[in-house]
Amino acid sequence: MKRTRTPGISRRSTLALMGAGAMTFAAPWVARAKAKTIKIGMPTILSGRVAQLGTSSRNAVMLEVEKVNAAGGLAGRQIEMVIRDSKGQPQEAARVARELVNTDGCELLLDGEASSGSFAVHEVARDLGVLCIHTCSEASSLTADPKQHIPNAFRCVRQGIHDSIVGGSYAASIAKAKGLKKWATCSPDYAYGRDTTGEFTLYLKRFAPDVEIISESWPKLFQPDYTEVVTKILQAKPQALYSCLWGGDLTSYIDQANIYAMFSQMEVFAVNMADYTALTVVKNLPKGIHSGNRYIKTFPTTPENAAWGDAYRAKYNEYPTNWSWQNATAVMFLAEAAKKANSADGKKIAEVLKGLTIKCPFGADGTVTMRGDDHTLVGYAIGWGTTIPQEPYVPEVKAGDWKTIFELEAEWKKSKGYT
Amino acid sequence: MDIDALAGCLASSACLVTQTTSGLIIGMLLFLVAVGLTLIFGVLKVVNFSHGAFYMFGAYFAMTTYQLTGSFALAMLAGAAGTAVLGLIFERVFMSRVYGADVLMQLLICYAFVLIFDDVVRIIWGPEFKSMGMPSAFQVMPLFIAGGVVPPYYLLLIGVALVAAVVLGIGLSRSRIGKVIRAAAQNPGMVSALGINTGLIYGGVFALGGMLAGLAGALAAPVRSLTPGMGFSVLIESFIVTVIGGMGSILGALIGALLLGLIRSFGSLGFPLFTEGLMYLFMVIVLVSKPTGLFGKEAA
Repeated sequence: MKRTRTPGISRRSTLALMGAGAMTFAAPWVARAKAKTIKIGMPTILSGRVAQLGTSSRNAVMLEVEKVNAAGGLAGRQIEMVIRDSKGQPQEAARVARELVNTDGCELLLDGEASSGSFAVHEVARDLGVLCIHTCSEASSLTADPKQHIPNAFRCVRQGIHDSIVGGSYAASIAKAKGLKKWATCSPDYAYGRDTTGEFTLYLKRFAPDVEIISESWPKLFQPDYTEVVTKILQAKPQALYSCLWGGDLTSYIDQANIYAMFSQMEVFAVNMADYTALTVVKNLPKGIHSGNRYIKTFPTTPENAAWGDAYRAKYNEYPTNWSWQNATAVMFLAEAAKKANSADGKKIAEVLKGLTIKCPFGADGTVTMRGDDHTLVGYAIGWGTTIPQEPYVPEVKAGDWKTIFELEAEWKKSKGYT
Repeated sequence: MDIDALAGCLASSACLVTQTTSGLIIGMLLFLVAVGLTLIFGVLKVVNFSHGAFYMFGAYFAMTTYQLTGSFALAMLAGAAGTAVLGLIFERVFMSRVYGADVLMQLLICYAFVLIFDDVVRIIWGPEFKSMGMPSAFQVMPLFIAGGVVPPYYLLLIGVALVAAVVLGIGLSRSRIGKVIRAAAQNPGMVSALGINTGLIYGGVFALGGMLAGLAGALAAPVRSLTPGMGFSVLIESFIVTVIGGMGSILGALIGALLLGLIRSFGSLGFPLFTEGLMYLFMVIVLVSKPTGLFGKEAA
């Protein structure tokens, strides 16, 4: 039977009208719902040899974002994280950061890059004017050098110069006690490695003037084989070795140095050793390596820090890392700043962030501060100790004194022409 | 530049022993990877850009087997045998379809598999780096030879690589299979006309190449951190070895790898900031003076 069209309004037109009506009435709610969400972009390293650190950064951010969202979000806007892999390549980090802002509509950036990539992301933040918090790069010049300074970038990370002041004085006291005068260094050949090693030896020599650096090695970042570096150090016959190798590079180095019995021939000071990412991966961890604290749940020795470490482990079934606490702290700062500014606007948050002090499980006295003049984190727990091959891995940590750190850091900045 | 350190080392027997052994270790591992690469090129005329992935799989297979069984010997076997099977499958299913195709197409397919293999490793073993750890039998004090330091594990590594080099050299030059392989490399049409299954030979050569790279990965696993993508840097150095030695030459791969190892080892003393550069400089010098590489043959 042939169907005939009835005059008047067709079914298709009726549906179209209903749809348009629904859109018209729903639009304000949709718009409001959209406005409530704030996208935060995060380029970080999710593949390659240091992917574990990037993953731990993402985990820590998500752990804190869940808490912030449960408490109402950033000034009432729920946070939506957009996290992308930069593969640890500076050009990719810059590209991803730009794309996160321009294409994905992210209003803020958490820069989860190592120093090799963070300078690239910093330039993107400078260009786009978006609020950027660096959460992993420890190269001091990123915030200490005034040429790098931009009003919309902050660094929520421990800093090489702070580590070096505490580590240098700690190492000098051991050098004097044990008569360690001949030192070698072995650090990765990029901004962080060069800066941190230079700063460590500066303070080592300052507190122990007899010390002499007799050998330097600069393996490239992510170098697979350290055999020639290990034998070169053995040839030099130093009494002590400093290294700021980290992640998979550090574990490779330890595995290769171990079979040359290097750790029985000299005192080793590896600033990045006391982080679960290295402590738990190295199968034959040598006893007695000196290290700065990275993340260990027993330092600072507070219930808040232990509880945070346990919560992270319970959620992700793995230990947090040095990059974890820094990223978690960045989210804590964002939440507190947005509350104070009563806004999620990047510029308003940036104004409040300057000089902001917040309660934090990783603070030396239970708080940390985003220093106003150079936009960098201060007041976090910092110390050095020696490793043992099982938990708690670094049983006794000698805490650094922030008053001394501030004094020497100011002196260092002056000597570099930064102030 | 620290010429004094280099001169001092050359005048010291202890330093000579340590640095020469160090050069041999680096060289022998490179040789195992590079010889597979050069063998595949020599017979199949394919530049196997995905070869580093077999090194990576060898390391992961060895680590997993060691974790499951606690046997270092089984771990080495799993690393070598596993990658041989993988090589055979890879050749039969994919590479055999692009023989004779444009080199660019072969390279693109191989590069695609570099990324695919890295992702497969990431999915199976996770993105974070792993450590196999040194078997307890080798957790001993190093040997001191003429004052130089030599870890026992590295002696094993050098020994295994040397055995592989000798077996491969004799096998290809003296055995019937070796002669057939060489004939297939020279004139595949004639070999096929004689009723010999060239597909089987090609598959076997690919499996052998994969096995050698896998063995290198398994031997490296106790002393290197394992991560997806770990084969890439080894691949680049292996290409340099292959080019220096002459594409397709096994002896060339051995000499090229040893020279590169020694350049790295002694270069780190005399030219600490230019060790990598020395390697490339050496390659440039060889190629400028002999474009086919040290043992490469001119195209007919």
